[in-house]
Amino acid sequence: MRKDKLVAALLQAIALSALAGLMIITVFIFKEGLPLIFRTGLKDFFFSADWEPGKGNFGIMSMIIGSLAVTLGAMLIGGTLGLGMAIVLTQFCPPKLASLIKPTIELLAGIPSVVYGFMGVVTLVPIIRNYLGGPGLSVLAASIVLGIMVLPTVTSISIDALKAVPRSYWEGSVALGATRWQTTHMLMLKAARSGIVAAIILGMGRALGETMAVIMVAGNALEVPGSVLDPVRTLTSNIALEMGYASGEHREALFATGVTLFAVIMIFNTIALSFARRTIRQGRGQ
Amino acid sequence: MAAEENTPIIEIQNLTVTHFEKVILDNLSLSVHKNERLAIIGPANSGKTTFLRCLNRLNDLSQGFKVTGKILLNGRNIFHPATDTAQLRRKVGMVYAVPVPLPWSIYENLVYGPKLAGIKNKNRLDELVENSLKAAFLWDEVKDRLHMAARNLSGGQQQRLCVARVLALEPEVLVLDEPCSALDPISTAKIEDALFELKSRHAIVLVTNNTKQAARASDRTAFFLMGQLIEMGDTGRIFTNPVDKRTNDYLIGAFG
Repeated sequence: MRKDKLVAALLQAIALSALAGLMIITVFIFKEGLPLIFRTGLKDFFFSADWEPGKGNFGIMSMIIGSLAVTLGAMLIGGTLGLGMAIVLTQFCPPKLASLIKPTIELLAGIPSVVYGFMGVVTLVPIIRNYLGGPGLSVLAASIVLGIMVLPTVTSISIDALKAVPRSYWEGSVALGATRWQTTHMLMLKAARSGIVAAIILGMGRALGETMAVIMVAGNALEVPGSVLDPVRTLTSNIALEMGYASGEHREALFATGVTLFAVIMIFNTIALSFARRTIRQGRGQ
Repeated sequence: MAAEENTPIIEIQNLTVTHFEKVILDNLSLSVHKNERLAIIGPANSGKTTFLRCLNRLNDLSQGFKVTGKILLNGRNIFHPATDTAQLRRKVGMVYAVPVPLPWSIYENLVYGPKLAGIKNKNRLDELVENSLKAAFLWDEVKDRLHMAARNLSGGQQQRLCVARVLALEPEVLVLDEPCSALDPISTAKIEDALFELKSRHAIVLVTNNTKQAARASDRTAFFLMGQLIEMGDTGRIFTNPVDKRTNDYLIGAFG
């Protein structure tokens, strides 16, 4: 009996340590970053594009726009492709082929991000430079690379969402004279909607947080991009690029960038989780 | 009247169905007449459901089914490669054992099929909704809440909604797979009443595990056993004076 209690206490401590890790990181980032945000002023920090740490200018607007542009591009590419794949694999493809392709897509998640970045620099960037113009290192290049990186997340969660729709719905619809495609877009996508939204938001979180691959292909210029062929710097790249030599206020400003990133990703995850929960509740209700 | 009653709408000729080498239906030949309610009875595993699912080719959607023989609907073989299966499934409407309301409102459930068939006129859709709900004896219970989620209806109401949903397709044949197996006696009675009214407009094929229901709610009865058609005839005759010993054994409860 006493041994049982000991084990329970130990397991509880291990479980709580994950929470403690999150707490420590949160407190630390906010403690280091928040004072600078307030010292600079919310307006000058978020809505100014002047980032000159040497002169005391800490405006991160260009990076916020960079992050959003790259994330949006990634979701246009990866979200569309991933959802399309999920639809094909669950609705149209023979089950045997699907069970071969799904693990293959999931393998993409195991490739280190630096490899994606390297592939992007070696193949994608020259193609963009030669055929579309600009430096090649650009929003477009980062969007494509990130789009491929978010594919496994979007695809596998969307597949789970579509598979969670009861088979009887599908058959009921077909028995009412619907074709496969009509059933898919009029019934399945609606019934799996919340799961699919969760998949896309989780993919966005992943795209927003990715650093290495983006640094390698995005160009990292400190300016608001005028077109998809312009180079950009994202919030994550900014931290990674300058952390090595930053000190004092500069270092605080990088933490403040982290606070911004942290807040945005937390918001995304909360939205995704609430959608995912709604799916589960609906599933039970039926 | 008598002549019309005996006009076959569906003729099944030498239908054999195998599922992964296992024979489910064995060389079946029978016909379904216009304006009749045909009950199919038989113990579990005798191929009743598979037979129904052949009539609108739902078996196509599952793996491993192989079909030989012919099913003629109004003289045309439904297994012909040029058959439009979506069109066929509108003509041969199906109701399942467990009601499956789609995750929408009552109204949306009812107009889904007609909309797929290309009916866009709002008045026409409203009219179909009202007529089919009335025919399924559900109109009075739901007419004030057509936009409520269909799954909030009771089980019996859901099943009548499923009947109404199929009727909105204006099918020629209505096939029901044990439609009352999950229902209470009152809901069952309502469905049986609806079927009686409906036979003037649709041929009805009713699979049931409840022999009393077959006796109450059908004009002719077919007895299936292990994928074979043992006996078929007027319901009164089958129940009072079966020719085959196996039919008699089943009806008195000797097996199944």
